[in-house]
Amino acid sequence: MLVTLNREIAKQIYEMRLSGNLVEEIRAPGQFVHLQPGYHCGTLLRRPFSIASVDEAQRELTLIYRAEGAGTKKMAEIPVGADVDVLGPLGNGFPLDACKPSEKALLVGGGVGVAPLFELSKQLKRKGVKVTHVFGFSDKSVMYYEEAFRTLGPTYLATVDGSAGTKGFVTDLIQSIEPEYDAMFACGPMPMLRALETYAEDKPVYLSLEERMGCGIGACYACVLHTADDPDGASYRKVCTDGPVFKVGEVVLG
Amino acid sequence: MKDTANPLQLELPGLKMKNPIMPASGCFAFGKEYGALYDLYMLGAIVLKAATREARFGNPTPRVAETPSGMLNAIGLQNPGVDAIIREELPRLSALNTPIIANIAGTTVEDYVATASRLSDTNIVSALELNISCPNVKEGGIQFGTDPRIAATLTEKVKTVSKVPVYVKLSPNVTDIVAMAKAVEAAGADGLSMINTLLGMRIDLKTMKPILANKTGGLSGPAIKPVAIRMIYEVSQAVTIPIIGMGGIQSADDVIEFMLAGASAVAIGTANFIDPLICPKIIETLPEKLAAYGVKHISELIGRSWKS
Repeated sequence: MLVTLNREIAKQIYEMRLSGNLVEEIRAPGQFVHLQPGYHCGTLLRRPFSIASVDEAQRELTLIYRAEGAGTKKMAEIPVGADVDVLGPLGNGFPLDACKPSEKALLVGGGVGVAPLFELSKQLKRKGVKVTHVFGFSDKSVMYYEEAFRTLGPTYLATVDGSAGTKGFVTDLIQSIEPEYDAMFACGPMPMLRALETYAEDKPVYLSLEERMGCGIGACYACVLHTADDPDGASYRKVCTDGPVFKVGEVVLG
Repeated sequence: MKDTANPLQLELPGLKMKNPIMPASGCFAFGKEYGALYDLYMLGAIVLKAATREARFGNPTPRVAETPSGMLNAIGLQNPGVDAIIREELPRLSALNTPIIANIAGTTVEDYVATASRLSDTNIVSALELNISCPNVKEGGIQFGTDPRIAATLTEKVKTVSKVPVYVKLSPNVTDIVAMAKAVEAAGADGLSMINTLLGMRIDLKTMKPILANKTGGLSGPAIKPVAIRMIYEVSQAVTIPIIGMGGIQSADDVIEFMLAGASAVAIGTANFIDPLICPKIIETLPEKLAAYGVKHISELIGRSWKS
């Protein structure tokens, strides 16, 4: 795919826009692509990134990534106009039909995990669903897309150090604002997702999971989780092809 | 046997191959995922993910970690068990008209023998590959691959029940791989596969703990290619049975290098993860590469680096 934008939008947080035919095959928010950041001796494998937004008219998709490891640091240096090897769209996204029009959705995100919730929020809103956002970041410097999310619905922020929004975690925010919702959709670090599992007793909760991947297409069995109904047995789900979005109660979080 | 019209055609024990390219065990599952991307008929053969007597979940995640020019994996032989494989995977593969090699793993000799017997009885499997070298299972596995006498005994036992040729997949994690190769050849192995992964580890600087949940994993990818080339070069001169070479192959040039070292066919592993179309791409490129090096038939390459 052709890189049409690659810029830092917060500290170490980059937005990359890619153009190509692959965009036409995207079926649901929450799907991901497997990107080869540049084939050299440090980075052999592809990297999975959730699709943050889709522009069908421009045939473009947007990824948000944190330039932290060898591969993502290399990605940050890719110039506009470069051709990038992208496999996808892969996996299954968030189920839009979990909310009927005029129902309420709560979108909970942490860090770069906020990214796929942007396209989800846009599509839910387009459908007539009332969307509330609750996002957590480590600190103000790594926050992004705040204004864009505010145009879609009420947006509450928490930072671990209190430099923006409420000091604390998204679970603290949810407890204080007590939002009404018919379904929860979340993506973020594993401790956050584990904490959100407890909310599934009342309403359906859908979590987008991250796991180290090899192939991204279901062949290598790197990203495998136990199923919740057989936690010690041989039954399993693959994050890449069965996920990355799972309803709470389907898998045991790693 | 040689078809001059097809410079890639080869025959190994049990395997009539259109070309020397096959996906390596564990990197291709049971073919379904890659079969959705291209016609598996074009492959020389297909090596299935290891089958064990009972279903195995494998290791906890993280199961993979990247390394310079390679990757570590510790999947832990996850598979649904030999009966489920025969029931759910083999019927689809039997229609392909491409030789199927079933990889077998176990923790006891009885496990191997039972699994080998079940698979070779199917008439769908053209050959067996004995995985005596998986570094990622705690019990058995690697012991079978590091002691020449134990490896020979296992090979002998499996040979007595198998109706199809048996290839033994050798571990590089040994002091003398030639001794291992000679021992399994003497025990009746019809061929060798080499090399399996090299035992390795990575440590996360933030947590200060090993990245892989299993702590250690098998190193694969281009990082291990020179080790594989060296071992195939040594072993191919010491045995008369054919070698399926593997270890970091990612281009037609790599295939040629492995065959010059002494491999009679090759398997592509980690490269499938980087480019899911790598096998058809290599198959397509090979004829022009052979022509460029003045080679009429691919079999001319086998062991040419040491043959006078």
